[in-house]
Amino acid sequence: MTTPAARLRAPSLDSQAVRRWGLPAAAIVLIVLYPLLIENIGFLDSLFVGRLGIDMDTAFQMAVYVMLALGLNIVVGYAGLLDLGYVAFFALGAYTLGWFGSGLFSGQNIHFLDVGNTAIPGIHLSFWVVVPLAGLVCAIAGIIIGWPTLRLRGDYLAIVTLGFGEIIPDVFRNGDDINGHNLTNGVRGITQLDRPGFGESINNATGGFLPDRYSSLPDELKPWFYTILLMCLITIFINLRLRDSRLGRAWIAVREDEIAASAMGVPLMRTKLWAYAIGGVFGGLAGAIYGSFINGIFPTSFSFQISVIVLVMVIVGGMGNIWGVIVGASLISWLNFIGLQKIGNLLNDGIPGSAHDVDITKYKYGLFGILLILMMLFRPEGIIPSARRKAEFSEGEGEAVLYDTAH
Amino acid sequence: MATADTTAQRLPSRRLPPVSQLVLWFFGAVLVVATFGWLIKEFIESPSRFIEVTLIGVTNGSIYALVALGYTLVYGIIELINFAHGDNFMIGSFETHSIVTEGAFQLPLYPTTFVLGIPLGTTAVAADSGLHRAYAIAMALFFSMLLCMTINVTIERIGYKPLRNQPRLAPLITAIGFSFLLQNIALIWKNASPQPVPDIFPHGNVISTHGVSYEWGAFIVVLITIPLLLVLSWLVRSTKAGKAMRATAQDQDASAMMGINVDRTISFTFALGGALAGAAGAIYVLAVGNTKFDLGFRLGLFAFTAAVLGGIGNLTGAVVGGLLLGLIAAYNDADLLFNIGARWTNTVIFSILILILVFKPSGLLGEQTPEGQ
Repeated sequence: MTTPAARLRAPSLDSQAVRRWGLPAAAIVLIVLYPLLIENIGFLDSLFVGRLGIDMDTAFQMAVYVMLALGLNIVVGYAGLLDLGYVAFFALGAYTLGWFGSGLFSGQNIHFLDVGNTAIPGIHLSFWVVVPLAGLVCAIAGIIIGWPTLRLRGDYLAIVTLGFGEIIPDVFRNGDDINGHNLTNGVRGITQLDRPGFGESINNATGGFLPDRYSSLPDELKPWFYTILLMCLITIFINLRLRDSRLGRAWIAVREDEIAASAMGVPLMRTKLWAYAIGGVFGGLAGAIYGSFINGIFPTSFSFQISVIVLVMVIVGGMGNIWGVIVGASLISWLNFIGLQKIGNLLNDGIPGSAHDVDITKYKYGLFGILLILMMLFRPEGIIPSARRKAEFSEGEGEAVLYDTAH
Repeated sequence: MATADTTAQRLPSRRLPPVSQLVLWFFGAVLVVATFGWLIKEFIESPSRFIEVTLIGVTNGSIYALVALGYTLVYGIIELINFAHGDNFMIGSFETHSIVTEGAFQLPLYPTTFVLGIPLGTTAVAADSGLHRAYAIAMALFFSMLLCMTINVTIERIGYKPLRNQPRLAPLITAIGFSFLLQNIALIWKNASPQPVPDIFPHGNVISTHGVSYEWGAFIVVLITIPLLLVLSWLVRSTKAGKAMRATAQDQDASAMMGINVDRTISFTFALGGALAGAAGAIYVLAVGNTKFDLGFRLGLFAFTAAVLGGIGNLTGAVVGGLLLGLIAAYNDADLLFNIGARWTNTVIFSILILILVFKPSGLLGEQTPEGQ
């Protein structure tokens, strides 16, 4: 006799299993080996991947956006709170690095386990300390922002988050003269940021495997990529664990029906605050490493557009579905950084005739806008839907429209 | 006896709001009193400058009010923040740019292939006769209103109508999509740089006494706005369509049962909102002198703040909110508000948005929405 448990233990290796585990496994192997394969471009070309034109720099930025999208997925996908100011956390994370890992406060001379900056004044904490610190700062900011605002109904909350998304970069822009103190260096931004690294002794002990200080040379971006990859994997793991946790189920309950959830004893405020704070943490972590990689933090780089692009990623991929969000984020960030340009070149070369020089990148935001509209109209559950979310969106469809007198 | 006891207990708690509410009122009152106190202080220090800034505030405020009305009309009827409204306003200003500088009605995306030449020529410069300039202004107003009206109705048909039964955030997300789309259309239509228009508003001062001067160019903004508001108010209060609008805003199902064509009424509302946005765009670009493709986002948010400040869904509220916000922005820009400094104006306005939404979501004059009633 086979008990259900026994059946669970011995899954049959049919196409379902290959699709469920084989594809993600192949993707992970490809991603992990990507920096090594990129030197052998012929092999990648034969896999088609090479033609996508993803160099290490793009790959890193794509991974940053995957992390952002996963963070926003907690807020929008799990808890169903539309956040239009997610860029605020990204900015706050980057500025945390600016405060604790650069020469901004040149009056100070604080060093803690930092690599290669001992001669430069300013506050220099080890990068591995600053990153969690950025997460912490964003969690606290999330609670401060969320505490008064999360009581609001959905659309008002969206606008309030948008307001914060505008205020926070504004504060950074004007922060070079707050009562005479220079906190953010204003529009000039913070440059010369600390880079991650393991110090000389670890570098020597591992034979250069863990570098002394990450290099920004285009050929030496591998450590950066593996660092962000590791951070992404941690993010995915936490996302998965959270989804199946008591808190995750509470988020989904709140998303589906706030009143019912509250009646069942789910503490609304606390549940939403956790979503907001944890979502913020990932934004902050991504912001810190992104700032260090770009080596410059400017208030103008944290615009509303970024909030919406991350939202597009979550919606295209499928709100609430981790794999969907990862696919959506990879796709959209690829289009954003290099894909549209590639497609444009392909179109210009492919169409016979003279003078084809359509600059398709010019239409980028319009295309993202159309994508948002089309997704919401025809496939609101995303390309890889979570079963639950799909059911939610088709809920209203069966109801007869009472007032449609035209038909 | 038991019933008497319960009423005796319940009544005081009804009369006295909870402590948190009282604390809130206290801080709100302190804030308002401090603001007024500060403004009075500024007024006493230099009255002429204060009055000038106030007049600027009223001028800007009337543009905010026109845009805010579009938000409030739409929110009042289908509870949707029409995010694309600010960008629609921007498209209106672009159309005015086309009409005044090129003398033709252009379709966005087809600026060269579809051009409707306007008779008598509208390309206007400051040196033209007053009559010609007035004609150009009228044409700019008319065609901008027409275009924005069409765009708004089209957006509603394509993007919002199919989503009426969906979760409330779905149409909001489409609205963001339309906002991006309109910005991109404008970017392709003209280009990313600010688009200048000739200064064709009349020159000279309306008032010029005791060091206070108010230019015709600014006053005409108010002069165009007031009749528009009167027409809108007449439309909503005294016409059958307006009655249908008010009924639909209260209860869609019940109005449908009373024989009101709800779809058409909603389209009509969007058309009204679009026309106001077009008019505001035309007035804005003619008064300010240039426009830019990303103008609508910020100004749209300001106008939405105005709508919320006055009480969303409330037409009088939108006008009051718009004027108030225009005044606050003008005082802050002129550094007359607690010496915060002009560069914080955005932050001040967005803080007002957040504070109002958090502490008094019904606004100053009370919201009038299907849910809020």
